[in-house]
Amino acid sequence: MDIENKNNAGQNCPLPISNYKQIVMAHGGGGTLTQQLIIDLFVKVFDNSVLDLQHDGAVIEIDGIKLAFTTDSYVINPIFFPGGDIGSLSVNGTLNDLAMCGAKPLFISSAFIIEEGFPIEELWKITLSMKKAADNARVKIVTGDTKVVEKGKGDKIFINTSGIGIIEKEVNISPLNCKPGDVIIINGCIAEHGISIISKREGFEFESKIVSDCCPLNGLVQEILMVSKNVHTMRDATRGGVASVLNEIAMSSNMGIEIEEDKIPVKDNVKSACEILGFDPLYVANEGKVLVFVAPEDSDKVLQAMINHPYGKDSSIIGKVVEDNPGMVIMKTLVGTTRVVDMLSGEQLPRIC
Amino acid sequence: MKFIDEYRDKNLIGIVSEKIHSISTKQISIMEICGGQTHTILKYKLEEFIPSNINLIHGPGCPVCVTPVEYIDRAIELSMKQDVILVSFGDMLRVPGTEKDLLSARANGADVRMVYSPLDSVKIAVDNPEKLIVFFAVGFETTAPANARAVLQAERLGLDNYFILCSHMLVPPAIEFLLSNNNIRLDGLLAAGHVCTVMGLNEYEILSGKYHIPIVAMGFEPLDIMNAIFILIKLIEENKCNVENQYSRTVLKEGNIKAQKIINKVFVKEDREWRGIGTIKDSGLKLRDEYSKYDALLNFVFENKLTKVNGVCIAGEILQGLKKPSQCISFGKECIPEHPLGAPMVSSEGACAAYFRYRRIDNCNIKCKM
Repeated sequence: MDIENKNNAGQNCPLPISNYKQIVMAHGGGGTLTQQLIIDLFVKVFDNSVLDLQHDGAVIEIDGIKLAFTTDSYVINPIFFPGGDIGSLSVNGTLNDLAMCGAKPLFISSAFIIEEGFPIEELWKITLSMKKAADNARVKIVTGDTKVVEKGKGDKIFINTSGIGIIEKEVNISPLNCKPGDVIIINGCIAEHGISIISKREGFEFESKIVSDCCPLNGLVQEILMVSKNVHTMRDATRGGVASVLNEIAMSSNMGIEIEEDKIPVKDNVKSACEILGFDPLYVANEGKVLVFVAPEDSDKVLQAMINHPYGKDSSIIGKVVEDNPGMVIMKTLVGTTRVVDMLSGEQLPRIC
Repeated sequence: MKFIDEYRDKNLIGIVSEKIHSISTKQISIMEICGGQTHTILKYKLEEFIPSNINLIHGPGCPVCVTPVEYIDRAIELSMKQDVILVSFGDMLRVPGTEKDLLSARANGADVRMVYSPLDSVKIAVDNPEKLIVFFAVGFETTAPANARAVLQAERLGLDNYFILCSHMLVPPAIEFLLSNNNIRLDGLLAAGHVCTVMGLNEYEILSGKYHIPIVAMGFEPLDIMNAIFILIKLIEENKCNVENQYSRTVLKEGNIKAQKIINKVFVKEDREWRGIGTIKDSGLKLRDEYSKYDALLNFVFENKLTKVNGVCIAGEILQGLKKPSQCISFGKECIPEHPLGAPMVSSEGACAAYFRYRRIDNCNIKCKM
């Protein structure tokens, strides 16, 4: 479940708000403050067994049919960026959340909040991009809503999409399912989306263009599920990056996670950009990266299946699940020492010098 | 990646580590001045490669940490004015002032914007002629040339809506302050490579001679740090008080003359308060009189409010190397990155933030079995 908006629950505030009396940007940043809002406010107030699973989407069963249901809002600036736009992102993001539940995505909704004065031509571009992304993933956009707000009351365009998918009977993917010994595989290089966005937004010119990794992961996930019945957990490493998602999984499953820094693929141009900005690529957002937790006996064939897929060419085993240090992510650094990889605290802010 | 990967090579680091072990006999304390270097040491746990008789002390070189609360309060006050856009480096936004930080001010409706280059703040002034733009100009000698350039650019463009809130600090006076404090025993210093890139090594020659202490200008990658420690330990073991340059791929003895000229053209030295440490003579930079029309302190009216720092925070002692973050009773309890009591818990160069991020759970004796 994601957070981007204020919510007035109308009850006594159970939050230790960490000294913040108002929502600050970091509450939507995917790190510790986001987690606090989700766990201490929304999960507590909405209180039900489906929500308790803290999955990327809700997994519900109706008349013996298992469904995944999810929603996400897209408020990205800039709305057009190298490798995608808010339209393709809003479709891919939601169908990826469904795929992470092990579901085959079927139907998507689209709700637009558009600022007065927004060019119709750009809305066309975005809509066509959504259509292309939906066709590419073989899902249909079947319902929607349109609201227009006064100039200055929104930022060009916000899109909310919800999605429904169907989960095969035997598939049981959940962050709670990972087990000691599970091998953790990622489907390629990290941090491309976040760096692409910030480069475009701030007008940075790097030698080679950094392109967002925004893509649909449902095809890749189906391939993975075809070759193994022992995939326990899958998560797309979006806001907060690989480090935050691994921490979430370690905490919710109460397992330890060990990763190796030199096994985590990062392209050189992304690494350079991160060095310049003072960012740690482990905390930078992705929009087409999945972390797959699979039993060790199946790890080779899952890795091979991933490498054979167009969205998994650079797949790599980056670590494993252990019983030690439950709830924590430990990394073997490039120089051979080990350290804690923490949850992102607040927004990642560029350093001064 | 070229020029990065080779400086993170574990084999080379192992070789230097052996060399350090082979020459080190004395029980000594050495200080790395810069917070960026502190972070590298903790991020890669470089202490594991250094003999236990060498005590690494973390210095005051975090620009965010030492900016006085008064300036942060003033930045917040300016940001809350109707016609002001307050522009800042990202790191400053979460540093607590007396009551709140700039991010909270933004949540309260202030127009606070983050830039990567001071010149971007000039562009904001050009694009918003009806607004008054105040750039929060903080940092050491490293950011001073770019901030000076921004003022000159504003002058060239004839802008009358551009101001800077200037809280520049100079590193050598702070080092001298520490060296003259009898409570702090230091056997050697690892100087901040990027400050030396701008200013050169001459100021360090003077300090080294006056206080009989060896100093090594040091880079920021793990191998830089290991090499610099080796050079420094060798000097200490041989009882030499030289200034050496480990970061020679960037630092010239005379520094960057062009950058120094632009600093001197725009700024002049003044006494400056260092947060948690106190006022240090000639340790700050302010705008010269001929640029006073760009000085936010002189061109805005401020409320006469008392500034206050959280009483339990021991940032001052940490910044002087008298205590380590883990010795603070609030560390990791009331004081965490989400609600820092002091600036060192905020900045990507702050020692407390580095300890919290990489070291908080060290007592568990974590080992990775891979």
